[in-house]
Amino acid sequence: MLKLEARPEASTFWSLASPVLALLLTVLVGVALFMALGKDPVRGLQMFFWEPIKSAYALGELMVKATPLLVIALGLGVCYRSNVWNIGAEGQFVMGAVAAGGVALLADATTGRWIVVAIVLAGVLGGMAWAGLVALLRDRFNANEILVSLMLVYVADMVLSYLVYGPWKDPAGYNFPQSKTFAAVTQIPRLMSGSRVSVGLLLALVGVAVMWVFLFRTRAGFAQQVGGLAPAAARYAGFSSRKALWVALLVSGGAAGLAGALEVAGPIGQLTPYVPAGYGFAAIIVAYVGRLHPVGMVFSAVLMSMFYIGGELAQSRLGLPKSITGVFQGLLLFSLLACDTLVAYRLRWPKGA
Amino acid sequence: MESYALLIAATLNAGTVLALAALGLLINEKAGIVNLGAEGMMLCAAITGFATVVHTGSDLLGFAAGMGAGAVLAALFGLLVIWLGTNQYATGLALSLFGVGFSAFVGIGYVQEKLPARAQFEVPWLSDIPLLGPALFRQHPLVYGAIAFALALIWFLYRTRTGLVLRAVGESPESAHALGYDVRRIRLAAVVTGGALCGLAGAYISVIYTPLWVEGMVAGKGWIALALTTFATWRPARVLLGAYLFGGVTMLQFHLQGAGVDVPSQLLTALPYVATIVVLALISRNPTWIRINMPASLGKAFHPGS
Repeated sequence: MLKLEARPEASTFWSLASPVLALLLTVLVGVALFMALGKDPVRGLQMFFWEPIKSAYALGELMVKATPLLVIALGLGVCYRSNVWNIGAEGQFVMGAVAAGGVALLADATTGRWIVVAIVLAGVLGGMAWAGLVALLRDRFNANEILVSLMLVYVADMVLSYLVYGPWKDPAGYNFPQSKTFAAVTQIPRLMSGSRVSVGLLLALVGVAVMWVFLFRTRAGFAQQVGGLAPAAARYAGFSSRKALWVALLVSGGAAGLAGALEVAGPIGQLTPYVPAGYGFAAIIVAYVGRLHPVGMVFSAVLMSMFYIGGELAQSRLGLPKSITGVFQGLLLFSLLACDTLVAYRLRWPKGA
Repeated sequence: MESYALLIAATLNAGTVLALAALGLLINEKAGIVNLGAEGMMLCAAITGFATVVHTGSDLLGFAAGMGAGAVLAALFGLLVIWLGTNQYATGLALSLFGVGFSAFVGIGYVQEKLPARAQFEVPWLSDIPLLGPALFRQHPLVYGAIAFALALIWFLYRTRTGLVLRAVGESPESAHALGYDVRRIRLAAVVTGGALCGLAGAYISVIYTPLWVEGMVAGKGWIALALTTFATWRPARVLLGAYLFGGVTMLQFHLQGAGVDVPSQLLTALPYVATIVVLALISRNPTWIRINMPASLGKAFHPGS
């Protein structure tokens, strides 16, 4: 029988190869799934891996979806590196969107372009506040952040639902649960005409650089991560675990809130019950598949965006349910965790067996 | 008065879902494993159970299929966590994310299906007692089954040798290993049992509690069940009590809405989640108390012979 043998140190090769192997495994299962459903697997794979990159417009759409995923994942990367388990980014995203939407609704024809800055800031603060609640309950009451952050996702959805069914409902909206369409001036500036790609993408890429510098080139970033890797060592070095907790949650909440603001004032343009699109959960997978490394997350965000677009295309062109996206996302994380065994262990055939 | 009897009946019904899942999770947590995949297992079990009943017309087969689905997913989780030593939190989360997507994917054809109406279950004679009858004795057999199971679990955990071994594995896997017990197999058995019970809870939701299939219909009950084990400081009797308490909170919203109380429905829907957060904060306030009661190896990987 195969045996696992601990490596003297973690394998750098497998740390990078494991996500690739996990993707291959997911694709294999995908092929089997398409065949089981009586669909041409080649066409199925095309929807996911070729259609999203075959034209400039398609590439733009790929970036539109990759942007919120990357922004949220960058924040989660800091969080998970600090061993803080925030799994409620979806709720922080929604509250960011709500706060940003609240500001955007104030705008009218006379408002200046500065409103965009206010919208983005409101989004960041909204997400921070929601994650801050998690930090407060963890810090003061020792409440498990996994459960609290997740419960707050449901609460955030209800806040959004209350607003769009109640006080913020568009009076001229034929009773649909949605806010007024935001004034044109609130639109996050686009990078070029003919594509929906906005400055959000640039913000995300700046975020990658900032996160890299923070994590690997500053003392604060180092202190932040030591707490996660070796709590005892962190205490000995005098690094505050409480501070690490607050920083982790405020950064990840702020990032998720920013993504929420970029979405509502960008592609969506109003508040509806469909603002939560699962980006907050998908970003968890982005963070892991990207090895919690800012640059790695760029690749995994694009990959996850392909899954989203592929799922939509599989629905419209192959007649498959869109939820196939969720199946592949879950499979990818599963296979990644399994493949990661190879980072710490090698497979051996025991002698004489 | 009649409406209070109905509220109590509904509370027991809602509490049963939470009790089955939380007792299952308690078993694997006693062995030292946290499975954050409860929500995903319950969703997959809900659609499996529902589809089985649609095709066979048998509730029993539906429950069995739900338990099977939960057990298979839990076994997969167990293999990764126990043999490959993957992170328990991340793996459980992967299971939940997968379960949400997978159940929606396979359930798409069942969204319009309805289950045939079934006769109301009644305990002979007792169900005719005024007030008490409608409140307590007109329930699905599984409601009583959950209570019986909780009692059996107390006996098993604290009065049998196997129960003692299970707890030992959770408190100190190294000692249990040194005594010659196969820690990994015991943990796997506990995880699979926990998954089967989550599966039963999931199937109960889609077959009895709200007999239909809607995407994401478990609506966080798996996560609340996870929180319940902490609330109950890992004691089965308290898990049962907590489950009814939260069943009551869930049902209160319908009761209040029915009574014409003028509160936004979203506030009432959010109530169980807010209540979970509040209770979690109150119970966890004293870290020492949690640490004393929590299985000592909870969430930690165990490698024999290393």
